[in-house]
Amino acid sequence: MGLNVMNKVMSNKLYIAFYIAPAFILLMVLIFIPLLLSGYYGLMDWDGIGEKTFIGLDNYIEGIQDKLFWNSALHSFLLALFSALSLIIYLAVSIILASKIKGADLLRKIYLIPMLLSSVAIAQLWVKVYNPSNGILNSFLRTIGVENPPSWLADPSLVLFAIFVPILWQYAGFYILIYYAALKNIPESLIEAARIDGATPFQIAMRIKLPLIKEIVSVTIVLAIVGSLKYFDLIYVMTAGGPNGASEVMASYMYKLAFSSYNFGYGSAIGFLLLIITLIVTLIIRKVTETKEKLEY
Amino acid sequence: MKRKKTLALLLSAAISSLLLVGCSDSDEASSGSSNADTEIKFMHLWPEGSSKKHYDVVNDIIADYEAENEGVKIDLEVLSNEQYKDKLRVLSTSKELPDVGLTWAAGFLEPYVGGNMFAPLDDVIESELSDAFVPGTAEAYALDDVTYGLPLELNIVSIYYNEKMFKDNGIEVPETYEELLEASKAFREEGIQPIALGNRDSWTGSMWYMYLADRIGGADTLNKAIDRSGSFEDPALIEAAAEVQNLVDSGAFVDGFNGLADEEAKSMFMSEQAPMYMIATWDLPNFTTNEDVPQEFRDSVKYMNFPTVDGQGDMNSFVGGPGVGLFVAEDSDVKEEAKDFSAYFVKEWGEKAVEEAGVIPATKVDAASMDLPQMYIDILEELNQASNITMFADVQLSPEVATVHLDAIQALFGNEMTPEEFAKAHEDALSK
Repeated sequence: MGLNVMNKVMSNKLYIAFYIAPAFILLMVLIFIPLLLSGYYGLMDWDGIGEKTFIGLDNYIEGIQDKLFWNSALHSFLLALFSALSLIIYLAVSIILASKIKGADLLRKIYLIPMLLSSVAIAQLWVKVYNPSNGILNSFLRTIGVENPPSWLADPSLVLFAIFVPILWQYAGFYILIYYAALKNIPESLIEAARIDGATPFQIAMRIKLPLIKEIVSVTIVLAIVGSLKYFDLIYVMTAGGPNGASEVMASYMYKLAFSSYNFGYGSAIGFLLLIITLIVTLIIRKVTETKEKLEY
Repeated sequence: MKRKKTLALLLSAAISSLLLVGCSDSDEASSGSSNADTEIKFMHLWPEGSSKKHYDVVNDIIADYEAENEGVKIDLEVLSNEQYKDKLRVLSTSKELPDVGLTWAAGFLEPYVGGNMFAPLDDVIESELSDAFVPGTAEAYALDDVTYGLPLELNIVSIYYNEKMFKDNGIEVPETYEELLEASKAFREEGIQPIALGNRDSWTGSMWYMYLADRIGGADTLNKAIDRSGSFEDPALIEAAAEVQNLVDSGAFVDGFNGLADEEAKSMFMSEQAPMYMIATWDLPNFTTNEDVPQEFRDSVKYMNFPTVDGQGDMNSFVGGPGVGLFVAEDSDVKEEAKDFSAYFVKEWGEKAVEEAGVIPATKVDAASMDLPQMYIDILEELNQASNITMFADVQLSPEVATVHLDAIQALFGNEMTPEEFAKAHEDALSK
């Protein structure tokens, strides 16, 4: 009976439109229209306040030739690489957690804590950790006998990696949570069967668990890489891209152009290039990690 | 226990009735104001939470103005600094700027003036405010000889130092730049980091560069380089940049200054970890009246003008500049009333601001007639004797070049750029 009504409702196009409308309108207004607009502003010479002048593709061409932009892109890709590599660690941690060790529940919650903190709070916390004179890190290094511990956020060769640490730390809980849930979904009988056949825990992890959550892993790779490419918060608060661009990433460079240099047109163009780069990378990863056969438990 | 509960109940009843009274009061007030003939929208950036004293001074002035001008109502909107800037930008694109608001000088003004958003205010200055401003302040809000802002604040930069730390370590307070270097080395030998600098906010490093440029090349060299009648490749400016690196190499600044924010540097100075700190007069309350800062610290803070370098330079020449000023919106419906209000505001602001909020005003005030901490009186006196005030480079430059300048400052201080490359970066950006 209920199903019947449902079918009737769903066959009426008006109803379908009605149900889709809210999400559709929100997406259009908040995401797709601004996206197209920023592409359009990228065609303008515009300081964000006065008159816009149409200059064709000049901003995009300048962007493609802009060393500072590619420098920031390199930093973004480095972050993406590290985020992707760190997934291996998160996966290992999740496998251990999911194999019914003592206190797994508590540990899982602890790993999740950074996720609950706001980015700005995390940034402030780590700025204090890295403080060259009073920070915990350097105080610790001094007590174990390092005489001149580095100034983490001031040293152009270290700053990028110093910021990567809190960024990776921030998202660890999120990925561990996803992997943990996926691993818990694997039917116990499969593991049991393998164990009876004499498989070691390592073999079970590599040959049974991993292939079974392959789909999830490929999703997290996309999430980690795309998230890294458009990453902004911690970098903006901790160094604002400095010193002298040493920790600049694509999004912070875009922000700087639009809101510090008042070069809205060029900033929009960079934003649009960022979108294109992210889209291409996403497509490539999806292609590479595509699974042909559909898994059934 | 029970009694406690009743008390709490009573208290909460009392509070809620107070709230109710409060509500009905404001209801009356707003219904009364709807009869007002003119409404002037005014937006400022001193929220009650973070800038209570500024906020109160503004409200005082508004109350006085409304009392004196029947039928005029000031419609107030308050935002904090960053939100204020964002909102101003958004409002400007939709042509809905408030009738009166706050703006910064020079570079910040340009896009707004270019977009015809701000009204010229020369008539107001001529008729009501002639000779009211400290020379050079109103000019900072002028583009092509038309003035678009009425300055409220004036900040000059000095080196503040902790006299007690100098005494405790048996180090003489420096009177020349060479002695400053010596003193820094002496502090380093005592294991104390000499000068607090937060060059992540690289406008602070820029102030050191500017003072060195001023003392080595005279007041005009840097200004000329910026207005393009001179060049950043002028030998004096190259020398100033080289001197910056000399300071860095001699360990004068705190460790890792390029990664520190100005706030962090300030807290090093205020917690007596570093004996010297260069900052503008906006921090004067922290060194004089602010009750949250220990009395002992406030008593030991003194200031010095930036010293002569190699015997050269004029110690009465300052780096600084006006902070915020008032603008009137070009397409305001009540432009004349808005102008009248802003003139009134500027006149009232001067003495009130310095006495109650500790702001050095851009209008001339009679320091002798006021009850002020000694450091204020001294600094106001310095201002009277100032031979020149060079406006902050990052304010003077257009926003785009300012970004280049600030990045180059970080690179120069971090020894990633030679003085020659530093000069060239500026020349390249300015010739675009």
